[in-house]
Amino acid sequence: MRSKLVLKRMLRNPQARYGLLALALLLLLAYIGPLFGPHDWTEKDFLAFMEPPSGDHWWGTTQIGQDVYAVTLRGMQKSIIIGFLVALVSTGLAALVGATAGYLGGWADRALMWVTDLLLVLPSFLIIAIISPRLKGGSWLWFVVLLAVFSWMITSRMVRSMTLSLREREFVLAARYMGIPAWKIILRHVVPNISSLLIIDATLNVSAAIIGEAALSFFGFGIQPPDVSLGTLIADGSAKAIGYPWLFAFPAGLLVLLVLSVNLVGDGLRDALDPGSNQ
Amino acid sequence: MGVYLFRRLISNVLLVAIAASMAYFLAATSLNPRFKYEGRQPPVAEAVVDATLEQYNLNDKTPVFQRYVTWVSGVATGDLGRTWDGKPVNAELGRRVGVSLRLLFIGTLVGAAVGVSVGAYAAVKQYRISDRLIGVGAFVIMAIPVFVLATLLTIAAAGLNDALGFSLLEYTGEYNPALSGWDQVTSRLNHLILPTISLSLGQIAYYSRIQRNMMLDVLGQDFIRTARAKGLSRRDALFKHALRTSLVPVATYFAFSFGTMLTGAVFTEKIFGWHGMGAWLVESIQSHDVNSVAAVSLFAAVCVLFAGFLSDLIVSAIDPRVRVS
Repeated sequence: MRSKLVLKRMLRNPQARYGLLALALLLLLAYIGPLFGPHDWTEKDFLAFMEPPSGDHWWGTTQIGQDVYAVTLRGMQKSIIIGFLVALVSTGLAALVGATAGYLGGWADRALMWVTDLLLVLPSFLIIAIISPRLKGGSWLWFVVLLAVFSWMITSRMVRSMTLSLREREFVLAARYMGIPAWKIILRHVVPNISSLLIIDATLNVSAAIIGEAALSFFGFGIQPPDVSLGTLIADGSAKAIGYPWLFAFPAGLLVLLVLSVNLVGDGLRDALDPGSNQ
Repeated sequence: MGVYLFRRLISNVLLVAIAASMAYFLAATSLNPRFKYEGRQPPVAEAVVDATLEQYNLNDKTPVFQRYVTWVSGVATGDLGRTWDGKPVNAELGRRVGVSLRLLFIGTLVGAAVGVSVGAYAAVKQYRISDRLIGVGAFVIMAIPVFVLATLLTIAAAGLNDALGFSLLEYTGEYNPALSGWDQVTSRLNHLILPTISLSLGQIAYYSRIQRNMMLDVLGQDFIRTARAKGLSRRDALFKHALRTSLVPVATYFAFSFGTMLTGAVFTEKIFGWHGMGAWLVESIQSHDVNSVAAVSLFAAVCVLFAGFLSDLIVSAIDPRVRVS
């Protein structure tokens, strides 16, 4: 019932409507778009290097003759997958760690919060930058894990403080006195009660992860060639952006649109789930 | 209070030590400075490479723990070691911090000042056209990553220079070394324009959002109405009562962001060709420079903790409630 109400409230918000629409169109473009393109992303056209957009190559070609349309959409698929996976893992981690620390209290709380503080202090950019290019042969999933490991800490602190007040509520006490084990109480009673925070957080994490991926790939620390993502494409394009703007404009434009639409949805969700907030 | 501060200091020093040590071990085990000597023509004898690396404490044949101990004893006496080609890291660090400070000082100040004013203005004009425009603008700017923004600025500057036929706006480097005296000063200022815009635009958007929310919270409170009711002019009520109170959270954020920015302006520095701390982080990883990587990480960790300290100080300076409790 509540989910229906939230959905209704969200669709009433024009911002969220446009955001959802734009996100749906971008997803369609990324996954259905390549089927209609005249070229495959691995194809190299040796008769067209650095060509501006034309009828055959819709968005132009790169210096090794790749079709920018096909390559960009392929990179966008990767960026989208990375964004969603990182958000899922990082929000899940934040919920588990925060709720466990808050519910158990005592030394478990202190230990978990110390780890959280430590991860906040560690130079995450440096660690990901050093480790991820060296996971040769290892799949890009390791990169997802690395990005997620360094992005859950602040949310988990918020989850913890909410859990501290939930812990004293009647339904949690009742469950505890019935002898239900702690892990079950955390998963069944604590986490569902902070779900609105988690949903909002996960949405905003998607855009943060997409930007984070692009930022690391910009310096060659993220997705490794021959695989492409929006970040690697923007890095290649920005070096030549002044003479060959199409190399930069399409991946950068799609990245901004993607982030913008995810943020719009996130904002709409926040308004729908938490009408009291004025963010 | 003293005990609390002392305990906090101890735990902070501990966190810095752990962060820097982890960075050192990570860099020392996975980066390979030997690689910089191996591919040379004519080839360098292995014994020579070993001796050189040994001299700089970079030899991967020495156990990593032994190298770590040498590094720590150096750091304890204030010596951060040598870069891969034998230059002292301390000198490089000093130079780069200077570059970053010259770039960031104006950028963060402009970002915070403009952001706060824009946000406060939007709050006063809530739901009017100008408020909505500011809101939409901030939302769009926050969705543009800084590397896209910086590249867009360079494209725009190149286009403008082309159209004018001479270079009005510079977009690479810190200054033109061929110039001297006043010309160099103007050249420096010219080189600052684009990086400052690229640094501060995102901050303006962010600050304006926080400031608007805080200001709206404050504007609805009783003490503002009281101030107006006792005959204070609208402007005085807004500036002396509302703005000051709503500045507290923004000031915290400002102190914190300045500390993290010192090593965080990676993209702006790289794209506009400034050789500051952020650029060094990327360059030292790419050139397998173990001691520089460790130095940047140590510096960054110190900055983060110092920034946290600074933000506490600022808050207690402008918020009387904190001093009481």
